[in-house]
Amino acid sequence: MAKKITLKKSFLSGNEALARGAWESGLSVACAYPGTPSTEILEALAGYKELDVQWSVNEKVAYEVAYGAAVGGVRSLFACKHVGLNVAMDPLMTSSYAGVNAGFVVVVCDDPDMHSSQNEQDTRWVGIYAKLPVLEPSSPAEAKAFMAEAFKISEKFDTPVIVRMTTRISHTKEDVKLDKRTTVKPVKLEPNMRKYVMVPGNARLRHVVIEKRAEKLQKFSERTKLNKVEINDTKLGFITSSVTYNYLKEVYPDASYLKLGFLYPFCDEKIAEFAKSVKKLVVVEELDPFLEEHLKALGIKKAKFKHPSFRLGELSPGVMADVVNGNVKNVKKRPGRPPRLCAGCPHWVTFSVLKKLGLFVAGDIGCYTLGALPPTSALHTCICMGAGVTFNEGLRRAHPGGKIVGVVGDSTFVHSGVTGLINAAYNKAKGIIFILDNSTTAMTGGQQHPATGWTIRNEKTKLLDLKRLCKACGADNVDVVNPTGNIKELEALVKKRIDEDALSVIIAKHPCVLIKKKK
Amino acid sequence: MMKKQADYNITFGGIGGQGIIKASELVGWAAMYEGFHVKKSEVHGMSQRGGSVESHVRFGKKIYSPLVSPGQADFLLCFQGDEHKRLKPFLKKNGVDLVDYLKPALDMIDNPRCLNTALVGVLAAYLPISNASWQKALKTVFKPSILQGNKEVFREAKKLVKKN
Repeated sequence: MAKKITLKKSFLSGNEALARGAWESGLSVACAYPGTPSTEILEALAGYKELDVQWSVNEKVAYEVAYGAAVGGVRSLFACKHVGLNVAMDPLMTSSYAGVNAGFVVVVCDDPDMHSSQNEQDTRWVGIYAKLPVLEPSSPAEAKAFMAEAFKISEKFDTPVIVRMTTRISHTKEDVKLDKRTTVKPVKLEPNMRKYVMVPGNARLRHVVIEKRAEKLQKFSERTKLNKVEINDTKLGFITSSVTYNYLKEVYPDASYLKLGFLYPFCDEKIAEFAKSVKKLVVVEELDPFLEEHLKALGIKKAKFKHPSFRLGELSPGVMADVVNGNVKNVKKRPGRPPRLCAGCPHWVTFSVLKKLGLFVAGDIGCYTLGALPPTSALHTCICMGAGVTFNEGLRRAHPGGKIVGVVGDSTFVHSGVTGLINAAYNKAKGIIFILDNSTTAMTGGQQHPATGWTIRNEKTKLLDLKRLCKACGADNVDVVNPTGNIKELEALVKKRIDEDALSVIIAKHPCVLIKKKK
Repeated sequence: MMKKQADYNITFGGIGGQGIIKASELVGWAAMYEGFHVKKSEVHGMSQRGGSVESHVRFGKKIYSPLVSPGQADFLLCFQGDEHKRLKPFLKKNGVDLVDYLKPALDMIDNPRCLNTALVGVLAAYLPISNASWQKALKTVFKPSILQGNKEVFREAKKLVKKN
């Protein structure tokens, strides 16, 4: 963490090392919304006092603020988890067209194996889709080193740069050498209508520019040291990237390697040359067949790939032999203890009422998603952030007057529940939306948000009043209750509201018992 | 202390709230101060909610994988019986299973929150890391208010090994 910056070396997680690398590269502005496994990046950056950092309301907002700062002329960073990037895709796609003024790095932490996520999407595809370069470090030390490269590439090629991490790299700790911060002069902000106003006439011209940029990036991919060839025994060669490289090195120390750190655009010539130089060639990658599809398109017939069963979940050193030999995945999951709501968690009370009344509960993303598991078993859907509110409406459109409610957390409501509530009011939807307000972003470890009234650095700020906000959105009733110790009152209230022809919000407010109140 | 070897692989296991991550953190910092290349990795996405926690520390001259492979752990350090059963396959043949120290360690401490430091104290008796590096690591990992207590637990726990 930042307090150890006086050391020449420190023991840093991938996220902390990446933050350190960004700081050393002269970063000015960083924005994010919390999300496992990316959360610690902004927390680490908040420790560097000279930086302007924030928890943003959601990923789209975070992306736009950080990107705006880069257009404004200072080096900036946006960080998110893989599904968080979905929320920010709108600005991301067009920021690719407009390019940058000062360096802008988009850090995305994927979660192979879904340790704490709702899907296993592979962000590498975004490089192709958005025509953006993708860097992929393989360890914390590399995460730090790659940040310096990412900012340089961003400015040299006038493009946002994606740095793709995975849970394994974000949460691995390694001893990392520390360097000094480099000062970067802000770039002058001048109106440039052709570049920054993406109306069709300008965007058509920019599309030409970014196709040319892709060609230049491809040439860069051929020559950059980020794509490293290690020729050892040429009987066996691997094309790989990310932490998988380290698993392979552990099991096949004598093999030859093409380790891709600059993943996209692909270094086709380097790939072809490496393929020629080894007798047996195996492509090893976690999750989707991203490199595989490309090598097939290149017509490299020699290349062998993993069995499709290994597209699921995380790889590990223990399965490398099976992956390399094209075997079917045969991993016995060691059954661990499932997580559950903490003892004394206020959500227990609310869920026990919902369960007792036999309501169908549209859920959302947060600690309360655990309410779906036994013994609570009182939450029936979970798709994405904010959908607790909108699913209540959708389910009710299929079942008018049904015994259906929605639940959403306080941080999640601010993130994207509020738009659903406005929609429900506007389109005359009914029912009860519970805001399970534990006054923190609990599932990711307790981050501040607008309705706590504190910033990422625990400085006091304007407090978002959820009750008044819900009223303003058009809720007919807004009740605030403390569920802890008031189960009967809560039950009576829910019984009353569920039969009313009204759109009601019940804010079940009690602070998270796990996380000490931060000042 | 064990005979010098190329790398040292340690698997830690328990449930959320037992201080497993702190324990592996302590070993990681100590190994770094000793001048080793260190990698430490765990799964703790929902550990705060009472789920299983598994942490791996590897150190040596050059470390690639942050994860210990099954059958490769030189040491298994479990804080809880069920997790011990679950993680046993990580231990290599002739690896050191420290599960027998769980009870003596618990008997030794007044505060169950110190179990992590006690078990690392036991482990320390086996590792090629100097006391100076351990002391630096303890200072890095624990805040001043609880440092002294943890130093004592660490010192006493180390003696448990010598007695046997």
